Amino acid sequence: MRPAFSVILLTTLIGVGQGLFLALFSVEVLARIGVLEPPAAPGFYPVASAIALAFLVAGLVASFFHLGRPERAWRAAAMWRTSWLSREVIVLPAFMGCVFLYGLGHHLGWPSQPLVAGIDATLAIGAFGTVLCLLLFLCTGMIYACLKFLPEWHTPLTVINYLAFGCASGLMLAAAYAGIVEPGLARFLAAWAVWFTAVALVTRVASLIRNGRLRPRSTLQTAIGVKHPRIVQSSQGFMGGSFNTREFFHGRPEAFLRSVKWSFLVAVFPVPLALLGTGTLAASPALVAAAFVVQYAGLLAERWFFFAQATHPQNLYYQRVA
Amino acid sequence: MTQLALVIDLNVCVGCQACVTSCKEWNTSGAAGFLSDDNPYGKDPTGTFLNRVQTFEVGEYPNTQTVHFPKSCLHCEDPPCVPVCPTGASYKRAEDGIVLVDYDKCIGCKYCAWACPYGVREVDEHQKVMKKCTLCVDRIYDQELPPSDRKPACVMACPTSARLFGDVHDPESEVSKAIRENAGYQLMPEWGTHPANHYLPRRKQELKIHDDALERVDNPLKIDGKLPRPGVREPALDDVTTW
Repeated sequence: MRPAFSVILLTTLIGVGQGLFLALFSVEVLARIGVLEPPAAPGFYPVASAIALAFLVAGLVASFFHLGRPERAWRAAAMWRTSWLSREVIVLPAFMGCVFLYGLGHHLGWPSQPLVAGIDATLAIGAFGTVLCLLLFLCTGMIYACLKFLPEWHTPLTVINYLAFGCASGLMLAAAYAGIVEPGLARFLAAWAVWFTAVALVTRVASLIRNGRLRPRSTLQTAIGVKHPRIVQSSQGFMGGSFNTREFFHGRPEAFLRSVKWSFLVAVFPVPLALLGTGTLAASPALVAAAFVVQYAGLLAERWFFFAQATHPQNLYYQRVA
Repeated sequence: MTQLALVIDLNVCVGCQACVTSCKEWNTSGAAGFLSDDNPYGKDPTGTFLNRVQTFEVGEYPNTQTVHFPKSCLHCEDPPCVPVCPTGASYKRAEDGIVLVDYDKCIGCKYCAWACPYGVREVDEHQKVMKKCTLCVDRIYDQELPPSDRKPACVMACPTSARLFGDVHDPESEVSKAIRENAGYQLMPEWGTHPANHYLPRRKQELKIHDDALERVDNPLKIDGKLPRPGVREPALDDVTTW
């Protein structure tokens, strides 16, 4: 598949926003039950919510560039019964609303007014937002995982990777943020960023190994229904290009793909972990922020590779220009 | 339930591309708007087509066969492109099984094209919506046309009658008989999409002439005489031309 930059940006940006929100709400819950010291910095939650919301909005804006007719985007909420894309279109704005209300509630001091049984407004909104956040990961991943013709995507690992990468990058950003405004939390968040990056490494390597062993189910024999073992296309039917020759081919040599794979394996895992570790030990928020930036850049490469590695069966029909 | 479809006889298709041009002509002139072309005479021409004829070489030289392979939307009975559409623009008609795109609802997200293993959906680069074969839905029900012309444009154009059109759910239809009697098959059966369009395979065609086809053995009225046999010494046509 040809990597679509709008979708690469959408999935990575909302992943960061979702991970940051999950980190934020986890901190609040752990502080409420006394595991963590409550963050003392004024505006810790509202500012972090605003940052998470900014990432979500940026992702949503990027997604519009994928559409041929963005002015009709509202129609995409219609088919939620069957389409994961439609479900994502519903869950993403709902989640953004929750993040907004969560930040607003903290800004206006809603925690001081408990609703029922010790659960106050922001805790309720945060819990609801967490559910929506996990649903959003599921929707985003399932958009790809539900396409059975693309065996590289058609696996639960796709959803798990989206979840792990989103949490890892969001926690990385949370650690950098805490390093600046709330140093007491920086170590805790950094440790969890390490854990989730490690989990992402395991699941992504697992999917790389799995995809490397895949054998295509469709062949030229099944594509045109001729049983002979040797079939060669001599003409795809036209001399120029078409949507089919552009959308489904990345057009890069195999060596380029390999270099992107190794680039993201380096930029998403060891480099950010080293920067995060050094930055946390040296109490340098700049290094932790650098860890986030490097990992995010690596995630762009990871998502590019995710698309480029998927081989669509329609490519069997478009092998030879003549 | 009606399921309209095409049956394409690979044994007969000569790869003349008449169905491609006829399809383009009909569908670029209709109420649904044009099918974009860019640089048709330039360096890098590109355009939207609903039907393509491809060519495959089967076998190893010198024992090869050239298979011309027309490809358009197969109007699957279980179309994978329909449930993924977020807007409902892509739909399968209950009354005749045609898979259509509502061009006024399509947002051009290309997700249906990703979900189609056959590569038969093409985005119109100017209208920014997904285009696909409609089985000439604006033609086959047109009461203004004589009944013999109420067929898709590609079927009308085919000079060798390699394309048949009809209801594959009606066991007595021309297409159902063609599928049944000539081992019609579906493309990529491994995905469970159950394409409605079928293909008829290449078949060996030998003309075996028996004596009784030349002479009436039963000769009911005893009128026919035996044909005179050429004498062994008489020159045959081959000998005449190779003198």
